[in-house]
Amino acid sequence: MLRIAQETYDAIVAHAKRDHPDEACGVVAGPEGSDRPVRFVPMVNAAGSPTFYEFDSTELLALYKDMDARDEEPVVVYHSHTATEAYPSRTDINLASEPNAHYVLVSTRDCFDADGGNTDGPVEFRSYRIIDGVVTEEDVTITPTEESTP
Amino acid sequence: MAIEVRIPTILRTYTDGAKAVEASGSTLTALIDDLESSHPGIKDRLVDNGDLRRFVNVYINDEDVRFIGGLDAELSDGDQVVVLPAVAGGC
Repeated sequence: MLRIAQETYDAIVAHAKRDHPDEACGVVAGPEGSDRPVRFVPMVNAAGSPTFYEFDSTELLALYKDMDARDEEPVVVYHSHTATEAYPSRTDINLASEPNAHYVLVSTRDCFDADGGNTDGPVEFRSYRIIDGVVTEEDVTITPTEESTP
Repeated sequence: MAIEVRIPTILRTYTDGAKAVEASGSTLTALIDDLESSHPGIKDRLVDNGDLRRFVNVYINDEDVRFIGGLDAELSDGDQVVVLPAVAGGC
């Protein structure tokens, strides 16, 4: 199960909506081994694409060095799908490389009309483990913001 | 010649869980061959058909090797090598 603070949940959804129709991506870092996603880190989608995302390689290194210095790991790795459901694609599964992370998929397909106008439709927010090509969906529990801020 | 190589979580199965290992080599190719001799199987996760895998990033002293010669990039004693899988995907 993924436990995530309301504030972090809202930040991921806002990022996904902001970057629509391109895919948005980022991580939520947390203390190593804690399974607590506490530090929201939105990343630039270097692919700038509605069908693909990739962290810029220089920013990726900076992110991992920063997490290393703080004894953190990526507790959540998130990205959006802008025209399909919030389920890992074959590419997502093949490229998943953080066996300890919760892979959060957000779909913004119902949030906008064909002209890009905001319809205030629901955002799909789902979480998975992806290990050795096997996808396991898990429950998402949203906690009050205070609880996850030590 | 000792070069520290930082290993990402996903590849630590090859290094008995170690986050960093030491290896030697005057080019990235030589370094990876040396890694393979101590950690069999790791080379195939980094190299495909004689080229660095598309979704594996390798950095020498914080520089992405793709900009400094790829597998031919030169190494010297004391350099730090970081291996990071790309964070990528797509619908």
